[in-house]
Amino acid sequence: MAYGAPEPPGQEGAGARPPLRTPAPGRAEAPAARGALARSGLVSADRWFVAATAGLAAGAVLTFAALVALLVAYAAPAVVRFGLGFLTTTVWDPVFERFGAAHLIYGTLVTSAVALLIATPLGVGAALFVAEYAPRWLGDPVSFLVELLAVIPSIIYGLWGFFVLAPFMRAVVEPFLQSSIGQVPIIGALFSGPILGRDLLIGGVILSIMILPTIMAITREVLRAVPDTQREGMLALGSTKWEVIRYAVLPYAQGGIAGAAGLGLARALGETMAVTMVVGNSSSAISPSLFTPGYTMASAIANQFTEADKEIYFSAIVAVALALLLVSTLVNLLARLLVWRFVRGVGTDVAA
Amino acid sequence: MAIPLQVARRQPLRRPLSAPGPREWQRRAVDGVATALVTAAALLGSGVLLLILGYVVWQGAPALNLAFFTERPLPYGEVGGGVAPAILGTLLMLLVAALISVPLGIGTAIYLAEFGRGHFARLVRLVIDLLAGLPSIVVGVFVWALLVRHVVGQYSGLAGAVALAIIMVPIMTRTVEEILRLVPSALREGALALGVPRWRTILGVVLPTARVGVITGVVLSLARAGGETAPLLLTALGNQFFSFNLFEPMAALPVQIYTYAVSPYEDWHTKAWGSALILVLVIGCLSLLTRAVTRRGPF
Repeated sequence: MAYGAPEPPGQEGAGARPPLRTPAPGRAEAPAARGALARSGLVSADRWFVAATAGLAAGAVLTFAALVALLVAYAAPAVVRFGLGFLTTTVWDPVFERFGAAHLIYGTLVTSAVALLIATPLGVGAALFVAEYAPRWLGDPVSFLVELLAVIPSIIYGLWGFFVLAPFMRAVVEPFLQSSIGQVPIIGALFSGPILGRDLLIGGVILSIMILPTIMAITREVLRAVPDTQREGMLALGSTKWEVIRYAVLPYAQGGIAGAAGLGLARALGETMAVTMVVGNSSSAISPSLFTPGYTMASAIANQFTEADKEIYFSAIVAVALALLLVSTLVNLLARLLVWRFVRGVGTDVAA
Repeated sequence: MAIPLQVARRQPLRRPLSAPGPREWQRRAVDGVATALVTAAALLGSGVLLLILGYVVWQGAPALNLAFFTERPLPYGEVGGGVAPAILGTLLMLLVAALISVPLGIGTAIYLAEFGRGHFARLVRLVIDLLAGLPSIVVGVFVWALLVRHVVGQYSGLAGAVALAIIMVPIMTRTVEEILRLVPSALREGALALGVPRWRTILGVVLPTARVGVITGVVLSLARAGGETAPLLLTALGNQFFSFNLFEPMAALPVQIYTYAVSPYEDWHTKAWGSALILVLVIGCLSLLTRAVTRRGPF
């Protein structure tokens, strides 16, 4: 506060303050010029400075515009040649130059859905623990540990998933699922087929760990923004803690929690390395079983970019990236809108 | 006692107020189960982190020795070797990425924090948000299509650095903008009242005041970019040799981990864990550092 320290009140206006700088004689002779400057509000160096920072900001905007434009331009040959069939067929045949990305989109959707199904209850539960149940000395370390999950690079999850999670799923979890839920009609189809240890389910599980911190952190902030009067009203009626949460807190916060899940989903959609290492990377046809090895859009790109020897193959890969860009941006914007609407409704700041 | 009143919005009554609700013991039981579940979720969430980190340390520590930090990767079958080119490559690409992204990121942050009003500023904010939400593989594909397939014509360290820079800009801009907004306006007014022009106020008063926060923003974005794999795979590709030529393929630690991990050799798996341990240690320390700094206050 050295610069901004206020003058002691006694001195103000008493003329005790010496003039900071005697005006240079040259300046005093040009009052007209100074008047013009004062009217314009900014001296010319300032204009240059504003222009320079605005230019740098424009650089960021241009980068994004160039990114979108270039992806569109390079994807155009594949989009023109395959049309909507690119999104609806599952043939991915570089030799005969036929490309359909439906199975990649399917893989992305399935792994992300599995991730959301696992991470949303866990993340909301952990956030409830931190925001509603635990005392600060316990809640802070827990939320710190969960948030640290966001710091770990994707490749580390891939490594861990590849050597630890996938063998465990293959040996323990998936046989169990197959012998229990797998026997139930209809939904049993989800857990049918041979267990290979590289499949969509494992991809979804590793993604769920990666999006857990996003969902937990934003839900926690959303819960903290719920006014205490909501809780007090329920408590005054003799509610248990859970009833307070179930009937007062969660309904109030549901929009914000949906936004948190949406931001988690946006992250899951675009995640590459961790999924690539456990999802199997096989262009098999769409099958109902979660035990099928598959591709996601991101993992297909990461696996095939070196093989893109023909222009149309290259174009097809860029088209997949473009589709991924569109989907993840859309989900991101929607989720932001949800969180933003919640924040505006509460009138508190939630860092999204 | 039932739950007669609906405090929350959009919760229609499901039964008449006079009808009997769940019994007391049932409500207690439900409450107990909920507490247990919520606690379990918290334990699981924090447990998973410890599980992963513990495994990385346990598997990675045996791989670490001096040669691991100083030698280049050797072909399979030869004993020893290290990941020095990968460490240097990551550092070099981060340096070049910082040279590109620091002016862009901090300049944009200054614009948004100090002058950012009106349509253009809103557009810039939106674009920064969109960039931050961009999957890193899409950034990789962009740079791959632009630099690798066309302008430069081959996989190169420069392309890798550009991809990392695009990833760093939004992180840096957001952090630095927030920090600049925290600088008390009294400081700006004080300087302006002394006749200091805006640009000198910002460069000479606002930025130095917020320097710790600004550096934090830069370090944070470096830590994020340093762990990125997918965009580097598409741009820098990786290299088993020492190379400081930005126009040739360059090694990077995350890419090296991937190469080692998907190989069929036991020895290389150990090296993957060792590299993972180095990466986690460096990135974890940087993140914790920035966290500690922002906790303490931005200045």
